[in-house]
Amino acid sequence: MNLDIFAFRPEAKPAAETRTPIKIAARHLDFYYGRFHALKDINLEIAERRVTAFIGPSGCGKSTLLRTLNRMYSLYPGQRAVGEIVFNARNILEAGVDLNMLRAKIGMVFQKPTPFPMSIYDNIAFGVRLYESLSPREMDERVEWALTKAAMWDEAKNKLKQSGMALSGGQQQRLCIARAVAVKPEVLLLDEPTSALDPISTAKIEELISELKSDYTIAIVTHNMQQAARVSDYTAYMYLGELIEFGATDELFLKPRRRETEDYITGRFG
Amino acid sequence: MNEHTSKQFDAEMEGIRSGVLAMGGLVETQFRRAVEALQIPGDVDIVTLVATDEQAINRMQMDIDQQCSQIIAKRQPAAIDLRMILTVVKIVNELERIGDEIKKIAYKAQQMQRPERLTTVRVHVITRAAGLAEENLQLALDAFARLDVNAAATVISNDEAIDAAFLAILRQLISYMMEDPRTITPALEIVFIAKSIERIGDHAKNIAEDVVHVVKGKDVRHATADQIRAELAE
Repeated sequence: MNLDIFAFRPEAKPAAETRTPIKIAARHLDFYYGRFHALKDINLEIAERRVTAFIGPSGCGKSTLLRTLNRMYSLYPGQRAVGEIVFNARNILEAGVDLNMLRAKIGMVFQKPTPFPMSIYDNIAFGVRLYESLSPREMDERVEWALTKAAMWDEAKNKLKQSGMALSGGQQQRLCIARAVAVKPEVLLLDEPTSALDPISTAKIEELISELKSDYTIAIVTHNMQQAARVSDYTAYMYLGELIEFGATDELFLKPRRRETEDYITGRFG
Repeated sequence: MNEHTSKQFDAEMEGIRSGVLAMGGLVETQFRRAVEALQIPGDVDIVTLVATDEQAINRMQMDIDQQCSQIIAKRQPAAIDLRMILTVVKIVNELERIGDEIKKIAYKAQQMQRPERLTTVRVHVITRAAGLAEENLQLALDAFARLDVNAAATVISNDEAIDAAFLAILRQLISYMMEDPRTITPALEIVFIAKSIERIGDHAKNIAEDVVHVVKGKDVRHATADQIRAELAE
């Protein structure tokens, strides 16, 4: 009997993943709310066209970190960031950065849906008009494109003139994503985008995230660890302003390297 | 390991863990009874006991599987908890199969034709191999109870001795059969018993591999004992 079949051993390890390009890199990033030191020496690379999730208990700095990535904090006096955030080969923390252009390139969607008190159409067109002058026909096409990207077109196409405020919470949130997408950003920052939504709307947004990542780099803050596990490629666990562990989501949720991460994701925290 | 914020979650995890240990304890008892049946072929009472044990083991498996499904559905476990639950499901499956093999041993012992032939092989050689398998099973269950990867590595390398004992029994029986064809029937019956013991050894080894997976998060199935030790040293 030929027993050679038992000599066959499949390769124990898959070939190393080809390295994805880095879209945003934070280096030695510190952040202060007045005197409060909210982020401590964060070093982190966000891969292009991948989803990076930030998890951690309340107050760990994950939303703060997200807000530094498009300098949203600059709207508030007394808040400052030190270090480097390199985006498209430029440190965006430097003086002289055009913040409007930066935020057009790095769009943001918040926890609570924030449609403008205007029609669905104008909700989308409003931001586009700030950056581009399109003919009415081009604008129609852009609105349709953005709503399609946000998986909203079929629901919205017959009521474009209706107020965005009249939509359901889940639809409002997808409208906000459409609005962010409409200006053709390179990066989307999502700050707990589904925490105010029901499970079906949540599932639709998660589905949307996995579709959008073929075109955009996405960073998402979420309190829902299963959501981070489902939608992201990389996960960062933060605690008390420090980046405790950062790695591939598949590994982090099965075998985290750090005990602190394991305690948090298994519900052994505090 | 720290406690969960949810005490109920802790209690549920402890429930499946102690369930595995109780099931393992019953399998060990059943194994000792089957080995006894080998010493006294034809003892119907022992065989009945072994069969009753086997049914209890089956029920325990279903019960623990059910508890594991409940925890997954309710808690969405991650990391060590997830690995532990997946491993418990696998270990109870191994234990259930060990129970089946033990039942086969007891039945074969009871039904032996001409048991007076080959008494030495049956009583001494087989009992020695069974002893090795029993010890290794015990060590595997200890490794699980204490989540001890070194003990698990020992179980994995010990299995080679059980395999070697099985081959030695085969060679010995083949010489008996060649010398005296009247020994063929009892020899074949002993082959089946020896094969069951060898399988029990394999299941104990699988349990040990599962323990390494819980603790280290590494899948060491199909690796050699040396490779496993190298992995554990990392």
